[in-house]
Amino acid sequence: MLKTLLSSRLAVLLLLAVVIALVPVLAPSSFYLRVAALVWVFALAALGLTILMGYAGQVSLGHAGFLGIGAYAVAIGPARLGLDPLLSLVLGAVLCGLVAYVVGKPILRLKGYYLAIATLGFGLIVALVLTSEGAITGGPDGMQVPRMTVLGWRVSGIQTWYWITGGALLIGALLALNIQASPSGRAFRALHDSEIAAAGVGVDVASKKLAAFVISGVYAGVAGSLLALMNGFITPEAAGFMHSIELVAMVIIGGLGSVVGTVVGAAFLVVLPQALTMLHEYEQAVLGLLIMAFMILLPAGIVPSLRRLVLERVR
Amino acid sequence: MAGLVPAIHVLFGDEVEHVDARHKAGHDDVRVCGAGCKVMAEFLQLVFSGLTVGAVYALVALGFTLVYNASDVINFAQGDFVMIGGMGTVFLMAAGVALPFAVLIAVVAAVLVGLLLHRLAIEPARGASPVALIMITIGASIFIKGVAQIVFDKQFHSLPAFSGTDPIAIGGATILPQSFWVIGGMLALVFGLWLFLERTLIGKAVLATAANRLAARLVGINVTVVLALAFGLSAAIGAVGGVLVTPITLTRYDVGTLFALKGFAAAMVGGMGNPIGAVVGGLLIGLMEAFGAGYLSSTYKDAVAFVAILVVLLVMPQGLFGRRSVERV
Amino acid sequence: MTILAVEDLGITFGGLRAVDGVSFQVSLGEVFSIIGPNGAGKTTLFNLVTGIYRPGRGTIRLAGEDVTHLAPHLLVRRGMARTFQNLQIFFRMTAVENVMVGHHLSERTSLLADMLAWPTVARQNRRTRTRAMELLERVGLAHHAETVAGELPYGVLKRLEIARALAVDPKVLLLDEPAAGCNAVETEAIDRLIVRIAESGVAVVLIEHDMKLVMKISDRVLVLAHGRRLAEGPPREVRNDPAVIAAYLGEHGAREADRAHG
Repeated sequence: MLKTLLSSRLAVLLLLAVVIALVPVLAPSSFYLRVAALVWVFALAALGLTILMGYAGQVSLGHAGFLGIGAYAVAIGPARLGLDPLLSLVLGAVLCGLVAYVVGKPILRLKGYYLAIATLGFGLIVALVLTSEGAITGGPDGMQVPRMTVLGWRVSGIQTWYWITGGALLIGALLALNIQASPSGRAFRALHDSEIAAAGVGVDVASKKLAAFVISGVYAGVAGSLLALMNGFITPEAAGFMHSIELVAMVIIGGLGSVVGTVVGAAFLVVLPQALTMLHEYEQAVLGLLIMAFMILLPAGIVPSLRRLVLERVR
Repeated sequence: MAGLVPAIHVLFGDEVEHVDARHKAGHDDVRVCGAGCKVMAEFLQLVFSGLTVGAVYALVALGFTLVYNASDVINFAQGDFVMIGGMGTVFLMAAGVALPFAVLIAVVAAVLVGLLLHRLAIEPARGASPVALIMITIGASIFIKGVAQIVFDKQFHSLPAFSGTDPIAIGGATILPQSFWVIGGMLALVFGLWLFLERTLIGKAVLATAANRLAARLVGINVTVVLALAFGLSAAIGAVGGVLVTPITLTRYDVGTLFALKGFAAAMVGGMGNPIGAVVGGLLIGLMEAFGAGYLSSTYKDAVAFVAILVVLLVMPQGLFGRRSVERV
Repeated sequence: MTILAVEDLGITFGGLRAVDGVSFQVSLGEVFSIIGPNGAGKTTLFNLVTGIYRPGRGTIRLAGEDVTHLAPHLLVRRGMARTFQNLQIFFRMTAVENVMVGHHLSERTSLLADMLAWPTVARQNRRTRTRAMELLERVGLAHHAETVAGELPYGVLKRLEIARALAVDPKVLLLDEPAAGCNAVETEAIDRLIVRIAESGVAVVLIEHDMKLVMKISDRVLVLAHGRRLAEGPPREVRNDPAVIAAYLGEHGAREADRAHG
């Protein structure tokens, strides 16, 4: 009973919705609202990675590349091409999907370490392009992101962006949960455990991997667009190696394959540096230490470990 | 969000220009030279700078290979040993230690870090999935960088060249004396490693463990010690590489990332786990980069190398010298 | 009716002819066993037939169609299913989910519909689950349906693999040592299961070391040694074939066996 409740789709969504609704009530200042909005955005990006890594078992160390593409889409589209920001966001998502398709098709044939390094290389190249094409992207200093207006309404203010990002996360979580319980999700999870057996019952392993990669790329792209629009400014750092690693760390620290875990992991890695600002110098050392500690001491991740604990108590 | 300033590539962009700038001085000497000769000289110039950087990649790749063979772990912190070697020497010399002793202490420090990494992070995570191991060593790499920016600083540093900075002219191109140190040092290390593995009992134990861990344990080899040795050795090799190349390329707390990437790519191109492949792969990546920078675009040098690596991987997933493995089901 | 026809199949690994010019045919409703000493090339032969290895030479025909170079997942579409010598189970999924994956090919939803949880997806899920449960029932594992496969004992997983293979509704079912590591009771359950599968009109190709099982349920037996065909025929014939005995027992053993037979 408890077990079904803990894993039911509705319960997860309700939990998320309640948390998203409660934060503004409890937040003492808009600073906290901003941090929470950042958590939702990064959780959204990490959810894509949950589908790719947690469901389908394919690692990507370059997903910040998609984050960067999405972010620069809403910056370059309106500023350089005169496109509507909302349209730019959609086009950015489409572009991420296309790039994921083109890049994923060859490299998803690789496995394990090889795939890790290939995706890492992809992220590196995106960051390199964003840094080097200064005429379009503003170079290492980044560029201003024009404010979004939808039907004459100027979207601004952290309040507004809090609800937009929270809503986007809920939608992202809903879609991810839907996939998990569907034929496609079963195929993803099957090839995670045994590609040979999955192919042995007719799963087209290559195309399923590619599908997961494309979905995850679009997730990260949309998250990147939201991040850029919310901050009003973007630098190539968004696509940097550290962000890719942080995304993977969110997914694993929270609990590989768990939607709630992904949000918890994102919260952890976004809030922590804010809490460590007084130790600014030590931030990187602490982050590295934490990643190591979690991987060694809690390899299953926070949420699955908690869940097991709760279930054992009840039993 | 911890910010890794995207300046690493800037460094690597700089580094070739750096080399080129010093070489250009030498170019003026070769005035009696036709167009074809100029093309040839330029080509040779790129070969020199490619081999120099490639030698360091080869050392990093060799480190990867040692650890990978002994433990199946890819140590993403491999590049940070290069940084420790370079930065350690810089700061020790600044504190008044003579170069040879500074080098020695820096290398020993890197070895200690390598041993600690094995003891505190790899050993406790035995049996973890590849993804977990990737994240552990990446975490270690971030940690090392974090500590390095506190212990050292966030500035670029250089070392004086070991034997002068007067470029030597060869076939219309020029080469820095330090390049000979880098390439020669790499060859000496490779030879030393070969001697160690082939001619000493403990070296043979490393080879045996690489071939079959279980069997090695059964014949009484202390596998844990062998793994620790592999980590220590790979750290030493990386650190020496860092010392040798710092007079040419400068160093900073975060240069390890790109060295790790290129070194890993080199190990893969050569065929993961094959020491000779690692050396050849390293030199190849160095050359590809130099030619990419020279003939295509110095901005996209890193991308050129990566695209080339991807092509190699996709055409020959087992690398140049790797064996094809048949999946058993 | 011949459903699977293998002709002169061969593959070489680094100079070793792992499978060397093997031919055989299997008919619907038949239990066709492949036996041979360790390293004879039995599993390699399976991997060739199911498209995991690319054959160096020879042809494979499934229901008359040349399928020699088809990818594994495409062979499944044409009615070929298999189990694996060392278990290939989806360990993180429940038993029933394992079998549900087996129904993957007959599921009619798209990725988009799956994401949006279209009503058709729920209906499809229910239908698949019902069919998967029937199969679990058939192999006697219905009571384990909701258990995560990683927590189930070895013998149970062997049967779970068979249920999953049956889910693709195969015409040819290749079983690689289905009774290996099973106790006597489990072996008997598997033995009955195989016979029933064959009776339902499926061609069963079986690799098995348990000779009692093989001799009891096989219609025909193919003996492999060093990648080549040593003998083929009904169990009784094969059992008494001197070449087969020699391959299994060595020359000395064969002489002893001769003496024993008088």
